[in-house]
Amino acid sequence: MTISLFIEQILNGLQFGVMLFLMSAGLTLVFGVMGLINLAHGSFYMIGAFAAALFAELTGSFLIAMIASFVAALFAGALTELIIIRKIYKRDHLDQVLATFALILLFSEGIRWIFGAYPLYLDIPNSLSSSFNLPFEIIYSKYRMMIILVGIIIAIILYFLISKTLIGIRIKAGQNDREMIGALGVDVTKLYTIVFSLGAALAGLAGALIGAIQSVEVGMGEPVLILAFVVIVIGGIGSIKGAFVGALLVGITDTMGRFLLPSFFSYFFDNASATSIGSSIASMSIYILMATVLIFKPSGLYGVKK
Amino acid sequence: MSKNSILIVLLILIIGGGTYYYLEKQKKDDVVKVGMITTLSGGGSGLGIDVRDGFLLAVKDNKNIQVLVKDDQRKPDIAVQLADKMTQSDKVDVLTGIIWSNLAMAVVPAAVNQDIVYLSPNAGPSALAGKGCHKNYFNVAWQNDNLHEAAGGYANSAGYKNTFILAPNYPAGKDALTGYKRFFKGNLAGELYTKLGQKDYAAEIAQIRASGADSIFFFLPGGMGIGFMKQYAQSGIDLPVVGPAFSFDQGILKAVGDAALGVKNTSQWSKDLDNEANKKFVSEFKSTYGRLPSLYASQGYDTGMLLLSALRNSSISDKDGFRNALKVADFSSTRGKFKFASNQHPIQDIYVREVIKEGDILTNKIVSIGLKDRSNAYVDACSLK
Amino acid sequence: MIKEEKLNLIILLVLFVIPFLAYLFNEPYLTTLTTKIVILSIAGIGLNFILGYGGLVSFGHAAFFGIGGYVTGILASHAQNSEQMFFFLQFDGSNQILFIWLISIIICSFIALLIGYFSLRTSGVYFIMITLAFAQMLYYFSISWPAYGGEDGLSIYVRNVFPFFNTMNPINFYFICFTWLLIFLTILKIILNSSFGLVLKACKENEERVKSIGINPFNIKLISFVFSGAITGLAGSLYTDLNRFVSPSVLSWQMSGEIMVLVILGGVARLYGPILGAVFYIILEQTLGGVSENWQFWLGLIIILEVLYARAGIMSLFLKDSKS
Repeated sequence: MTISLFIEQILNGLQFGVMLFLMSAGLTLVFGVMGLINLAHGSFYMIGAFAAALFAELTGSFLIAMIASFVAALFAGALTELIIIRKIYKRDHLDQVLATFALILLFSEGIRWIFGAYPLYLDIPNSLSSSFNLPFEIIYSKYRMMIILVGIIIAIILYFLISKTLIGIRIKAGQNDREMIGALGVDVTKLYTIVFSLGAALAGLAGALIGAIQSVEVGMGEPVLILAFVVIVIGGIGSIKGAFVGALLVGITDTMGRFLLPSFFSYFFDNASATSIGSSIASMSIYILMATVLIFKPSGLYGVKK
Repeated sequence: MSKNSILIVLLILIIGGGTYYYLEKQKKDDVVKVGMITTLSGGGSGLGIDVRDGFLLAVKDNKNIQVLVKDDQRKPDIAVQLADKMTQSDKVDVLTGIIWSNLAMAVVPAAVNQDIVYLSPNAGPSALAGKGCHKNYFNVAWQNDNLHEAAGGYANSAGYKNTFILAPNYPAGKDALTGYKRFFKGNLAGELYTKLGQKDYAAEIAQIRASGADSIFFFLPGGMGIGFMKQYAQSGIDLPVVGPAFSFDQGILKAVGDAALGVKNTSQWSKDLDNEANKKFVSEFKSTYGRLPSLYASQGYDTGMLLLSALRNSSISDKDGFRNALKVADFSSTRGKFKFASNQHPIQDIYVREVIKEGDILTNKIVSIGLKDRSNAYVDACSLK
Repeated sequence: MIKEEKLNLIILLVLFVIPFLAYLFNEPYLTTLTTKIVILSIAGIGLNFILGYGGLVSFGHAAFFGIGGYVTGILASHAQNSEQMFFFLQFDGSNQILFIWLISIIICSFIALLIGYFSLRTSGVYFIMITLAFAQMLYYFSISWPAYGGEDGLSIYVRNVFPFFNTMNPINFYFICFTWLLIFLTILKIILNSSFGLVLKACKENEERVKSIGINPFNIKLISFVFSGAITGLAGSLYTDLNRFVSPSVLSWQMSGEIMVLVILGGVARLYGPILGAVFYIILEQTLGGVSENWQFWLGLIIILEVLYARAGIMSLFLKDSKS
């Protein structure tokens, strides 16, 4: 194993983590501010990817496709919030789980109805399809580098949005005391719609960015949703900082686990069983990470103890 | 809701159910009932839809065949329950349709032991080809290893000496790599099992780059393969790639895009195979459904044609005669030559295809034959003669 | 509109009569389907015990359902092939269903003890997610562990043997499952009315109060969790025998979700809620599945309407004095 391969894998972990952050940011805010468990968050990821694929085919422009993904998920989020979600904020978590589970069925089958059963085409633009040559003979994909940059920029924007702007202060106040900000004359309903749609839009953008290098298909959101929940639980629910740290932890653990564990086991077993055992444990690694974190910090790394 | 309205709803349900039941029972007895359990909803439904459409296209003119199609949602327990329903209540004579090996393993052993004939249009797990073979089980597609074996054979003829191979960490993935290694004579630069359902292969591609391989073989069905091919094309690595047809078939090619251009893949069927049956199939499929047929559609169609041929030459009431008629396989297959080995899996040519562009549409053309008259590795373990 | 006790009795009566009707109309599949309803009800009742009464939302009950299923499958497959279990155990497995139930319950209880011990340190959403994490670990393990088929699953071809009854007869097997349902309903009713049940419900409302009377709520919750896991595990064992097959899909998060949906759909913290939930869910799945390829779309729509307008589950639709 060479140093350059090792660094390249760290970068891959980082890129995966940053993408998870885009997914988790909305989820953690929606839970922190509105107290809503939103299983349908993965559907916005899917909607973003499908919108991007559609607009990429219509216009041929990758940038327009990305904007379309953001806008489509924003609208889908707003619409869902207005029609259904706002009716269940005050409900039990269980009702929320059931309703948003039903939304998954609705969105997935709805998309399949419209776009058909086979995956759609979405590819990255030519200008980003080559690789960089970094120091230490590291070769790294321009597109993945761009994902890392976009993710970090969005993280910084979100950080300022929440700590410096009026709406951020309201969001934070909402996390601490929901009744109070209403009493202070803040339009809570509008605030909730904004937060929910913004979270959905970020998920949609993540779906489009990732759909371009993976695949755009029905059901693509749910595995990512589970990972995003893992992230926000590790980071501590409601904390953007926690989501960021948790996302990077999960991204790097998963990537490095897949990379290192099989070669680690090859010291003990023959090659075929080592790769098999190694990859079995690698696929469990993030759940082991999460269970360990929660055993020692029951409210996640940056969570507030209630 | 008042008591009365509940009563009315109940009454309607009972009357409706009774009528439905009565009508079902009125159906004639001389028809052949075929139960098709396949994946029609959720992920992977494209394959089931194609198998169904291909099969229905084949049997559409035969009024004596009644096909019952049910969605298994890709869940083995649902598939088992549907098989129970079809054998117990609907009393089907023939079962078919299952796409996935794990679902086939759940349904087939029990069904064939109840003297139901099962025609497999897609899955061919090794457990059903060797010791577990059965006189009522006919595989019309391939034994699972076949396409991978042909890829290994092709790698030899292309002169590859040092191949990097990868597949998901589940039984079919392990069978794939075993199948490849059975024919490949060179060295392995690396062997990787990935997580089932994994979509990001950055870590694996980095390892491939570092491994010094001269070629790559992969088996990553569905969305996994789309992700791999796109990311591989972006990585700038320029090694030749070989894979089974699943990641380069008609339904999925559009999603892979230009990244697939030039890739060699192995398949027992191709749209451009030059025989009468295939030409008829391709044009009828296009005119009926408005899209190009896929590998799966061809397998569904061949399954239907096989059934028709057996019904022409025998009667369903004579099970032994029916089985013999099936085994003769007296039909013109879309793949040209087709006959059954003693364990009732196909003996057929496996072709090497290359992904090309016809105008704007990505599709495949045959470039050579990977393995000629390939049977399968499990024939001797099967007690059928 | 009727009293809850009356509704419960009607539910049981209907379940009791269906197999006879199925026999009369020569529709044996109806019996199989109802068996599935009963088994899922048992799994749901197990979950409802901690979810409804203890306020512990476990998103990982597929772990127990799956382990019960795999214990059954593994013991039976060893017995059929007369292979020794592992290298150190001088034991060929068993196809005696009574013995299999016992082992399933013991192993599921043990696993539930382990999972519960670590998970119960957390609460709320963290508890939901940590139980999911444990179930996911088992799921990925089962997919990649080749000895028992991995993702292909494990077929046992014939149901396990019950003394004096042929379990392959759908009606016999149905009544075995139905009896288990009755047993668990009875035991749970007794427990819920006992002082233990009262303390469990108190843990949901206010843990501090429980502590103040000198009881450690952790122990109460752990015991309940183990009990709940054992019930769901037994349901998993029955499910393997129903299908004569077990595969990793019974350990997936979708399975956990499905069990939870049955419970919520029927009505949380009502003993018979999960049964009604299972009946409703299976009927929808069967009828919608026949009508449209996009049946999951309509299923989603119906569930949403149910959540929005039948707030306390389907049970409440039939009851006069809704508890919520």
